[in-house]
Amino acid sequence: MEKIPILKMGDFLLVTIQVDMHDRLAMALQDDLTKTISQTDARGVLIDISSLEIVDSFIGRMLSNIAAMSRVLDAETVVVGMQPAVAITLVELGLSLPGVRTALNVDAGMELLRASVGANKELYGSRLR
Amino acid sequence: MVVVSAESVPVKSEPDVVAVRRRVREVSAQLGLSLVDQTKIITAASELARNTIIYGGGGTMQVQTLNGPRVGLRLTFEDHGPGIPDVALALRDGFTTGSGLGLGLGGSKRLVNEFEIVSRLGEGTRITITRWK
Repeated sequence: MEKIPILKMGDFLLVTIQVDMHDRLAMALQDDLTKTISQTDARGVLIDISSLEIVDSFIGRMLSNIAAMSRVLDAETVVVGMQPAVAITLVELGLSLPGVRTALNVDAGMELLRASVGANKELYGSRLR
Repeated sequence: MVVVSAESVPVKSEPDVVAVRRRVREVSAQLGLSLVDQTKIITAASELARNTIIYGGGGTMQVQTLNGPRVGLRLTFEDHGPGIPDVALALRDGFTTGSGLGLGLGGSKRLVNEFEIVSRLGEGTRITITRWK
């Protein structure tokens, strides 16, 4: 079965969704990411959806789930690159992706992740493992 | 109103949802719908196709391109499933009998210009959506 690759870069995991995902593929990504976060001690997840032509309620729910699960595993999630037409449609559909942090592009997303992970370290000291 | 072209697309199993999105994207681009309008009707079709499979046990999508006086795209999702007991309730945001978010029906209604739903218990459901250029 096809799979969406998860790349590790330092403390962060990078996912670029480049195919029109069927529902099972979206579910598989959710499971894979959760496993990879816990296996690699990742502190942040960046999901690039700039190639996605639509986000419907199923994919929207997947993004919310990933953000919630990674938060429970002490990692931040940022979704980047949403196309304007997708954003307009998503809001009219009734989804505002509660709990999902977003940034316009990969650069801004990485900055957001670094800043929030850095701020956590300052507050709580480096994580005990 | 003149129907310029019509075709039927199967909506039986989960991978068909992707095929539905692809076909609606092609046809709406050919019609010259704006990118936002394309995105809206593709998203609505995705929601309704999934409903057809999950709640209706599968069915078909009719694709019609319309012309005269207006250019538009009309999609009809039809299944022979159990039907919807309370259509008004099913249209309400957040209501679901499945495990979804309950945005599919009400949400897709907001994404199109015309929305018609006919459902009979034990016979099935037919939902017609139209997006005008």
